[in-house]
Amino acid sequence: MRLPAGRGWWRGRALAAWVPGAAGRAPPPPPPLPGPPGARVRGAAAARRALDRLYSSAARQEKVDMSRFPAENIRNFSIIAHVDHGKSTLADRLLELTGTIDKTKNNKQVLDKLQVERERGITVKAQTASLFYNHEGKEYLLNLIDTPGHVDFSYEVSRSLSACQGVLLVVDANEGIQAQTVANFFLAFEAQLSVIPVINKIDLKNADPERVVKQIEKVFDIPSDECIKISAKLGTNVESVLQAVIERIPPPKVHRNNPLKALVFDSTFDQYRGVIANVALFDGVVAKGDKIVSAHTQKTYEVNEVGVLNPNEQPTHKLYAGQVGYLIAGMKDVTEAQIGDTLYLHKQPVEPLPGFKSAKPMVFAGMYPVDQSEYNNLKSAIEKLTLNDSSVTVHRDNSLALGAGWRLGFLGLLHMEVFNQRLEQEYNASVILTTPTVPYKAVLSSAKLIKEYREKEITIINPAQFPEKSKVSEYLEPVVLGTIITPDEYIGKIMMLCQARRAVQKNMVFIDQNRVMLKYLLPLNEIVVDFYDSLKSLSSGYASFDYEDAGYQTAELVKMDILLNGNFVEELVTIVHKDKAHTVGKAICERLKDSLPRQLFEIAIQAAIGSRIIARETVKAYRKNVLAKCYGGDITRKMKLLKRQAEGKKKLRKVGNIEVPKDAFIKVLKTQTDK
Amino acid sequence: MALPRARAGAGAWAAAAKAAQRRRRAEGAGGSPSPAARSQRAALYVHWPYCEKRCSYCNFNKYIPRGVDEAAMRSCLVTETQTLLLLSGVRRVESVFFGGGTPSLASPHTVAAVLEAVAQTAHLPADSEVTLEVNPTSAPASRLAAFGAAGVNRLSIGLQSLDDAELQLLGRTHSANDALRTLAEARGLFPGRVSVDLMLGLPAQQVGPWLRRLGDLLRRCDDHVSLYQLSLERGTALFARVQRGALPAPDPELAAEMYQEGRAALREAGFRQYEVSNFARNGALSTHNWTYWQCGQYIGVGPGAHGRFVPQGAGGLAREARIQTLEPDNWMKEVKLFGHGTRKRSSLGELELLEEVLAMGLRTDVGITHQHWQQFEPQLTLGDVFGASEAVHALLEQGLLLLDHRGLRCSWEGLAVLDSLLLTLLPRLQEAWQQKAPAPVPGG
Repeated sequence: MRLPAGRGWWRGRALAAWVPGAAGRAPPPPPPLPGPPGARVRGAAAARRALDRLYSSAARQEKVDMSRFPAENIRNFSIIAHVDHGKSTLADRLLELTGTIDKTKNNKQVLDKLQVERERGITVKAQTASLFYNHEGKEYLLNLIDTPGHVDFSYEVSRSLSACQGVLLVVDANEGIQAQTVANFFLAFEAQLSVIPVINKIDLKNADPERVVKQIEKVFDIPSDECIKISAKLGTNVESVLQAVIERIPPPKVHRNNPLKALVFDSTFDQYRGVIANVALFDGVVAKGDKIVSAHTQKTYEVNEVGVLNPNEQPTHKLYAGQVGYLIAGMKDVTEAQIGDTLYLHKQPVEPLPGFKSAKPMVFAGMYPVDQSEYNNLKSAIEKLTLNDSSVTVHRDNSLALGAGWRLGFLGLLHMEVFNQRLEQEYNASVILTTPTVPYKAVLSSAKLIKEYREKEITIINPAQFPEKSKVSEYLEPVVLGTIITPDEYIGKIMMLCQARRAVQKNMVFIDQNRVMLKYLLPLNEIVVDFYDSLKSLSSGYASFDYEDAGYQTAELVKMDILLNGNFVEELVTIVHKDKAHTVGKAICERLKDSLPRQLFEIAIQAAIGSRIIARETVKAYRKNVLAKCYGGDITRKMKLLKRQAEGKKKLRKVGNIEVPKDAFIKVLKTQTDK
Repeated sequence: MALPRARAGAGAWAAAAKAAQRRRRAEGAGGSPSPAARSQRAALYVHWPYCEKRCSYCNFNKYIPRGVDEAAMRSCLVTETQTLLLLSGVRRVESVFFGGGTPSLASPHTVAAVLEAVAQTAHLPADSEVTLEVNPTSAPASRLAAFGAAGVNRLSIGLQSLDDAELQLLGRTHSANDALRTLAEARGLFPGRVSVDLMLGLPAQQVGPWLRRLGDLLRRCDDHVSLYQLSLERGTALFARVQRGALPAPDPELAAEMYQEGRAALREAGFRQYEVSNFARNGALSTHNWTYWQCGQYIGVGPGAHGRFVPQGAGGLAREARIQTLEPDNWMKEVKLFGHGTRKRSSLGELELLEEVLAMGLRTDVGITHQHWQQFEPQLTLGDVFGASEAVHALLEQGLLLLDHRGLRCSWEGLAVLDSLLLTLLPRLQEAWQQKAPAPVPGG
């Protein structure tokens, strides 16, 4: 079946809607798109088109002439919002209103196709749709560039935004501005985009749009008359959003006659057609047969197909400056179409667009199959998932306790959770995910080490590589700028939490009578495990949190060893801030104590920094371990049991003379989900 | 023929028993008859599968019947005894143990009939130990005397506790007073030949009170005591109650303490801990159970009984582990049809037998003597097997295990953690066995 893992949802939905009454129908007529301006596409037609895409080649479809849309008739925009404020519902309405999709009750989060996206109400993989809309007699091309809704993906967001001239900032009329609203606003603001505030869910009983208008005025300095109040769910006032897009967002400033300059802002992988790159044309024209070059890799490709997304791929003759669409050019791997890369025509190089970076993982975790016999299945599942997500870095790793696995790098925590959840849901893989760590850095002072590493500043991912204090002038840890928005009654508790997490307060503003926005500089490693959960529980779920990358800061880092009766346990070496060493060490010792079986001698579990012991627990020796009754009938059973135990004992990892079951390591290393 | 003399009366048995004890003491110190003789000797276990009431902790093979056709059961026990004795080629039965179930619910006549069958099929010496498990409520003095007249010369009383609340928890039908009365009567009838079972590690049981009751018991008991830690067995009422949270789970720390304190108290009172759970003074060790720990042959008769013997009568060479059919009615049908109700036979390999020699032998205070080991494994000495192992050496260093001129045995501390020691010793034995040169062809 021709369903690329990354893009199939849309078609899947359309297909599902069509199939029940479909048997025996006449072959589908040619697709009517884009048709007369503003035309509604019938559901069956859309579905048939989808089916057509599944079973026949794109060539059968009538190609669309995009030259009809000069830059001044184009608007490129995104919708940005806090989780659950209604971004996807608004997108659904806009797609319906412009006839891009049929108006049915089933249009829910049409652009969010992953199970995890719809479960969590988030967008992980950006989706794009070109809307054709007739306004005051003019035919407009409105490109809705959907963005991932979370700052873990802030780089992707920023690349998507760089293809836009404006954004719809959606805020829930009941909940008001939340942390993610702020983070998203500033991303748009920094990109100098027009911001159209949209207050959604005005139909709710507790909606207070006036209050939200005031918050927006206070926090974002946007005049109150610019807010559009809508109910995306009911469709109330959504039409005026489209009008605002046309009136308030400027057309892209581009030149059709300049050489091609196209931004790659997303890419997916189709196992039959290779990489499908989503592009925004800043200058020029691109058509099938053109030879193009990637500014990043300098590789040359021949374009096989171009088109627009509605939101399925709809081939067109060409794409013109200011337009947004897709391009297929024989790229075999998503790393060949990296987000932020610039494409240009062969022998007509252009200045690459600014802001390109390779994905930079910020959170690392070990991933191991629960059972080593599952290694190959897990490997193939990870490979398939990373085909569509080049931001996950994968390094093979080997743990004495957990066996063969990988060390994976993620953009952030949500990214990690989503990846794990997709592995479980889409590939039915069950994994051991170790407690996440962050990439620390060390500035080396030892000439010998600098020579060895060939650089002065090194990144430490594996704690075993942590260089000694004497060879280092300073250690650095990644920090983030966190935004917390909360009802004021929780300020005290939240401040205590932040203090405990070594956070430095940067700002505190009342955004209305009883809501406060706090800004903190937080070490990333302090939030990677359970910060968000703690924040949610101490604020009864009312506080919201978001963060953005804020570089590195000097930190007094130490390497903490775990010892069992004086023997180092390799897999439990941890890098920790000096002030946290005791707490972390104690927690590890306690978890080990609970999971180490008794042995014939006492086991001292110690956490140590250098030669200094900072925490200790003891597992007492067995005092009695012998079957009480052992006569005729008990012997067979007893021997069986003993032999099974002896067999199991052979498989245990030995630390000194202490036998440590795999479970004990898992309990210590695994992310603690329930606190 | 020995039996008529043996059944002549309690007095004759008492005399015979004294002689038996002297012999046993000599054996315990390491003297063993030749291997040839060993294959012609066996202990006999007879299982009476019925009980009046289900005890809350017991997962043994027992049944609470509406009515027992004792004549049929008796006849089947007799038949199977004869069949299996002939099959084994055993010439001499050195002990008989009537266990259950509640064998004291059976009539003395049944006990006598089985003993007679043994004496008719093989030699049952006058000094053979004949033990009957006794439940305090089903054993008035007159009945105990009748069992004595039938040939029983040793009683094992399932006293379990001297606390009425605990007895109730265990689902026993007797009170502490019942138990003490039965104990006194038994001692009167079988002086020096009465054992009592006492449990430890019950839910909510505390060390102090338990020790005081052990003290009470030591002032009234005879020369043999068994201390058993309660093990919660799946499928029992007690297990279910603990699972449900209706009862606290027994605390293994407290049980360990009771065990240690109990051992010490018994030692103080002059008892020798000759096995993990068994204590005797004045040489009153149980010959029958000693056979299990020394890996002697034993024949199991009755529903669900286990046996281990070489079926020489059928030309067998290797020792077999045998299990009789569990359910009494089915077992009886089979006995009537085939003369026995053996449900499962499996040959024990040489290594398997050695593993049992090791695991069982170390339960005793003498452990495994060099002579004892040599009877089962003439090629590899204990030193060959365990002497060079680092892991074993660590256990010796820790003082948990001893390997010297007498043999291999647990220390006082080691005995309490034997199951942990075996996890090192068994793999070592397997390793040594695999490395050993192939055995010379028998008779070659």
